Amino acid sequence: MIEKPKIDALSMRELISFRIGAQEFCVDIMSVREIRGWTPATQLPHSPGFVRGVINLRGAVLSIIDLAARFGLPETEPSARHVIIVAQVGPQVVGLLVDAVSDILTVSNDSIQPTPDVASDMARSFVRGVLALEGRMISLIGLDNLLPAPERVAA
Amino acid sequence: MSKTILTVDDSRTMRDMLKLALTSAGYSVLQAEDGVHGLEVLQGSDPDVIITDINMPRMDGFGFIAGVREAGRHRAVPILVLTTESDMEKKARARSAGATGWIVKPFDPVKLVDAVRRVAA
Amino acid sequence: MDTMAAIKQTFFQECEEQLSELETGLLSIEDGDHDGETINAVFRAVHSIKGGAGAFNLGALVKFAHVFESAMDLVRTGRMSPGPDVLKVMLRAADVLADLVRAARADETLDPSRTDPIIEELKALTVAGSPPEPEEAATPFEFVPVMVDLGDFDDLGGFGDLGGPGELGAAGDLGGVGEPGDLGGSDAPAGLPSFRIRFKPRAELYAKGNETTILLRELDRLGTMTVACDTGEVPRLGEIDPEGAYLAWTIDLQTTQGEAAIREIFDFVEWDSTLAIEPFGTFDAVEPDADFSADNDPFQALAPSPVVFAKPETVVAPVPAVDIKAPDVSAALPGAPDEAAVERKATVATAQPTIRVDLDRVDRLIDLVGELVINQAMLAERVTEAGLARVSAVAIGLDELEQLTREIQDSVMAIRAQPVKSVFQRMPRLVREVAAQTGKNVRLVTEGEATEVDKTVIERLSDPLTHMIRNAIDHGLESPETRRQSGKPAEGLVRLSALHRSGRIVIEVADDGAGINRPRVKSIAVDKGLIAPDAKLTDDEIDNLIFLPGFSTAAVVSDISGRGVGMDVVKRSIQALGGRISISSKPGLGSTFTLSLPLTLAVLDGMVVTVAGQTLVIPLTAIVETLLPKATTVHGFGEGSRVIGVRNGFIPLIDVGQVLQYRADATDPKNGIALLVETEGGTRSALLVDAIQGQRQVVIKSLEANYGHVEGIAAATILGDGRVALILDVDAVVVSSRLENFDTSLALAG
Repeated sequence: MIEKPKIDALSMRELISFRIGAQEFCVDIMSVREIRGWTPATQLPHSPGFVRGVINLRGAVLSIIDLAARFGLPETEPSARHVIIVAQVGPQVVGLLVDAVSDILTVSNDSIQPTPDVASDMARSFVRGVLALEGRMISLIGLDNLLPAPERVAA
Repeated sequence: MSKTILTVDDSRTMRDMLKLALTSAGYSVLQAEDGVHGLEVLQGSDPDVIITDINMPRMDGFGFIAGVREAGRHRAVPILVLTTESDMEKKARARSAGATGWIVKPFDPVKLVDAVRRVAA
Repeated sequence: MDTMAAIKQTFFQECEEQLSELETGLLSIEDGDHDGETINAVFRAVHSIKGGAGAFNLGALVKFAHVFESAMDLVRTGRMSPGPDVLKVMLRAADVLADLVRAARADETLDPSRTDPIIEELKALTVAGSPPEPEEAATPFEFVPVMVDLGDFDDLGGFGDLGGPGELGAAGDLGGVGEPGDLGGSDAPAGLPSFRIRFKPRAELYAKGNETTILLRELDRLGTMTVACDTGEVPRLGEIDPEGAYLAWTIDLQTTQGEAAIREIFDFVEWDSTLAIEPFGTFDAVEPDADFSADNDPFQALAPSPVVFAKPETVVAPVPAVDIKAPDVSAALPGAPDEAAVERKATVATAQPTIRVDLDRVDRLIDLVGELVINQAMLAERVTEAGLARVSAVAIGLDELEQLTREIQDSVMAIRAQPVKSVFQRMPRLVREVAAQTGKNVRLVTEGEATEVDKTVIERLSDPLTHMIRNAIDHGLESPETRRQSGKPAEGLVRLSALHRSGRIVIEVADDGAGINRPRVKSIAVDKGLIAPDAKLTDDEIDNLIFLPGFSTAAVVSDISGRGVGMDVVKRSIQALGGRISISSKPGLGSTFTLSLPLTLAVLDGMVVTVAGQTLVIPLTAIVETLLPKATTVHGFGEGSRVIGVRNGFIPLIDVGQVLQYRADATDPKNGIALLVETEGGTRSALLVDAIQGQRQVVIKSLEANYGHVEGIAAATILGDGRVALILDVDAVVVSSRLENFDTSLALAG
């Protein structure tokens, strides 16, 4: 299901844009807590491939989602150059592994266009809209469905 | 200016009920949890009437009344004791200790306010 | 009414506190503590519950509390001695009272069959204990008329208010007493009932804070009145006791309210005054009543010279200077301070001041200290990495930091610690109930109630302890007859104790019953297919069979220990708390169950191991021993399963790396280490890991907070290198390995 962005021509919003491979994405800056460099994660057993594991964020255990893998792209081979966007998703804090953070964008809501009607799962699950900026296309990501659905706990 | 009543009772329930009834009638209420606490509160206040329970830990109502009556500043303050209907003996002891009057528990808020008015100058 | 509902909640909370005080008090009286304050506290608890219940119209509760209170009162006043029989009834009454409170709270009614028998027993105690006595007869406050010396009467000029301090000070407040027009009574409507009130306060009246002026004010509210003040008794100035009472009043009151309303006004003062109220026919001017001169009538003295009370301004009149003549004023002085009261003040208990803190704040502090511990460990590793000598200033400073960090951690953990008393004090009631159900005589002795442990541990101790105590009485203790036959006292003993031992809390439930019947336990285990008929087991191993799932020693599953719950459940819940349970039993002498629990759930003692390049922590409580597998001891068993020979049995060998899907292929056991672990129901398994890094206390971090549940993992922690390590859920790993291999037949060897 495609969710259309709410139309409010007058309101402006700030977005953080980042790169995964050749594609550009952005998230609302309000959900971003901090950006930090990659540190090796502790693997979690029985977890989907896009969950890279958990790291220590000042005493809290933070799970790391490989956004590339989450979006169905080839898994990231993380290195010191890679970046983790620490984001608030509902009550939880999640680390998003991306290639690089590029910009902070200030855009008006009416510049966000509906997601093109493509068949990709990624687009349908995560993309909330697209913006065109100096010939680039940037997909606005919603963070709600990033974590795997709660597993059934074995008895 | 509204009159101030000091209530001394070890039961939170009773303190709350007294406070509700008295504040609804326009009185200001000070609270203490037992006789010792009551005497402490008195050091920093000048209530117009004192209402005290009898059976309390640390210092009971008799001791408290005696304490109030023997100290200079508050010895003429009217003191009402909370007592049960059946407890004539306690009533008598409260009188001997220097109580001004009594309120029978469980009290009816109207009667309580009435009793307070009957002793308040 | 919201406020009332809130107060009602307060009342029920308070009831719980009072019920617990009641029980504690009764139990210590039972133990021989006949201290007045203990008995008083017990009485006060029942009395307060009754008082509050009355306010909320909780009739059944009031009724029961009243009967209970009356019986308590006999003990309190020394008219009944608190012997074992009396206390037995009272303890049961306390239980019923608790039930009544809970029923009232839930807006339910309790079946009278629960309350009535106890009410009867309490009443029987009351009748036996107290001679009937008239309600008021014992009152030491008989009215004693004060005889008045008339000698100086004539010296008095005019009238004045020379009463107690209150009377002097309040004279100006009399504005409300009688309008000027009232005086002659001329505009009073005729035909209303009138009363003549003669009232002569004694000094005590003022000493107790009563005021004539206020009484007059109240009377004035009832109708129309005129007041006359008799100053006939006022002595010469020098003889005046400032706290004496010398005035008498005659009030004529016209009111529709009746005599009762008037009497009510004098309710508080009639003991400290002489009072006469009589109907007065039609209202007229104030006049002395000619008939009011009976023998001993104190008003006799007033009769000659009633003074008309005209205007408040005239009340204070000059009193002529006269010779000093010392009157006996001692009677007018307020009584000497009650010596008992002074003593009470002297023995005031100094209560330890406490503050209430939101639990979240404490937990936040615990988290932060956890981080501090981790940071300190990380720093220590960096120092070692940097190659600094152990005696360098930095290393020494770091040692001190570590010391301090540990102390802070202990202190912070102590904030969450609570004495086990809150759980222990629920047990006496349980013992009484189970004793009644089984017909056994039981005495419960508790020790170490002040021993502290984390709040969460306490909350989760209640169920296992309840079950263990039921078991001790139901299965452990013999019937009174059997006990007598074997030369034991008919009354069985159950001892519940707590103490701290090497950083853990140890709780023991011991009984002096028959001990574990080993032949019977063994035959049951064989019957249920839990062990092979020819299995050779040590006494200890037989005793431990009772922890196996589905094991029940009772031939008939009794109502008490039954309920489908066995010691296996107890064991599992203790293990879930990171604890262990063990039993020791001596035939004929009894059994002792020993629980050993961590003091906190925030930290855990773990073994840090390596599996497929990952670092894992395995709770030490699960590990029985470590084994170095040899090629000869590991055997393939069915498809993909392996077992390891341990002494005379075989136990499943679980490759942790495989179970957690860290690697697809089985490791060569020779290159690893096997940890013998014990899981629910006493099942033993061996966990194969690559290497052991060491033992460490770790701070438990939730995985659920920012991710979710991960199968086979209990929680996470952060190690000294700053990396997250996962804490293995040993039970879950064992269970999932069994599910994968469909082969559990050997699960019980060892």
